[in-house]
Amino acid sequence: MRYALVTLAVSALTAVSAHSWAADAEAGKQLYQIYCTQCHGINGDGKGINIPDMSVLPRDHTDTSEMSARSDEELIKAIKHGGKAVNKSVLMPAWDKNLSDEQVDDLVAYLRHICCDK
Amino acid sequence: MMKQSNLLAIVTCALGLAALSPSAMAEQLLEQQCASCHALQAEDYASSTVQERAERKAPPLYYAGNKFRPEWLVQWLQKPERIRPAGYFPAAHTVPGPDGDVVDSDSLPEHISLSAADAELASAALMKLTPYTDKLDAVDYEVGNISWRMGNLNFGKFNGCDACHRDAPDYGGLSGPELYSAWDRLQPKFIASFITDPVAWDPHTLMPANDLNQAAVQKLSDYLKVNGEDE
Ligand code: HEC
Ligand code: HEC
Ligand code: HEC
Repeated sequence: MRYALVTLAVSALTAVSAHSWAADAEAGKQLYQIYCTQCHGINGDGKGINIPDMSVLPRDHTDTSEMSARSDEELIKAIKHGGKAVNKSVLMPAWDKNLSDEQVDDLVAYLRHICCDK
Repeated sequence: MMKQSNLLAIVTCALGLAALSPSAMAEQLLEQQCASCHALQAEDYASSTVQERAERKAPPLYYAGNKFRPEWLVQWLQKPERIRPAGYFPAAHTVPGPDGDVVDSDSLPEHISLSAADAELASAALMKLTPYTDKLDAVDYEVGNISWRMGNLNFGKFNGCDACHRDAPDYGGLSGPELYSAWDRLQPKFIASFITDPVAWDPHTLMPANDLNQAAVQKLSDYLKVNGEDE
């Protein structure tokens, strides 16, 4: 019995580490909570506290079909250089001065998780 | 015997207090009533992970003398009114609602208020905290005017500042400090410097550091003046 439990624990650990995105998405989740939820919403559904007077609504990051249509490069460009850089609204700010490249990658890993890992 | 020594202790203590200089009294007041929430000594935020920002209880005050107008400080400490509609860390005061997230106002505490005398003392001590005078000296901003309409377009349509900031009590975003009162609260050069490079003031700021040139910063700062004087 004890042996079975140990095996179970070990296989659970391997399962987590097999997904190399896990650690990044976790860091991305924290960054998202701090910087992005003010507009994109605490559940990532595009309905943050700032939206009532916004003329263009933030992207719903849980929208699987829209988000699947974006390459990682497109998401990275939007996050680093803002909406203007991808022909979208200036209401999406540029974050390249606030966030490191590694942090932006973590955010993309988290976006991939909430849009498409249902 | 016991009584006598107690009395002695009280008398010594009272004498000790009376002997404190006003600035020592002010430091004691800040230490005892403010330091549990506010950073009063320089913080090296960059050396911590960004999670630090989620855990901060209140805005740092260690550069208060480079930020606030002293006359505003004295008034506000006696009658504090909310500056950040969603608190200092909005995500902690946000709940989902049927039409989107809403601010959970009940979770926002009232700020401590001080007597007139204590407010004077605290303000004088806070205004002495000036580690960033070099940042203010470095900014090229001469207070000027802009037509309200042009300024408003710059603040809203062109730069999207209104996504996070209110430039009128009933218009704008909720996650940043209200800015219709910015001109009354803040030193003009602080406004210009913070807009130019918020990350230099706070590495973990929630405000995006837009790449704004000097002319753009001039227009935005002047708008906060013109708009603030209108209110
Ligand atoms: C001030 C509000 C605001 C904040 C804060 C914000 N966004 Fe946005 N974001 C928007 C808006 C508005 C759009 C939609 C722009 C459009 O469709 O024209 C958007 C769009 C995006 C897009 C583009 C999606 C697409 O359709 O290609 C990505 C990616 C994105 N945001 C990620 C983030 C991340 C990550 C953060 C946090 C670091 C963040 N945003 C913070 C307002 C914001
Ligand atoms: C329980 C925590 C707490 C204590 C204690 C506290 N404050 Fe604050 N203080 C806050 C919070 C939270 C804010 C942000 C309020 C807002 O934006 O509406 C704030 C805002 C301020 C501001 C405006 C700062 C800014 O950047 O806009 C000043 C000045 C200030 N406090 C001074 C003091 C002084 C002086 C004391 C001690 C007498 C004190 N506070 C005690 C939590 C606290
Ligand atoms: C994504 C939201 C967001 C956007 C967009 C934004 N800000 Fe901010 N701003 C903040 C937050 C939050 C703070 C308070 C500092 C902090 O907590 O990091 C702030 C602080 C400020 C301050 C200092 C006010 C104070 O009381 O401390 C000024 C001035 C300011 N912003 C102006 C602007 C201008 C001008 C723009 C447009 C170019 C802008 N902001 C865009 C979120 C934002």
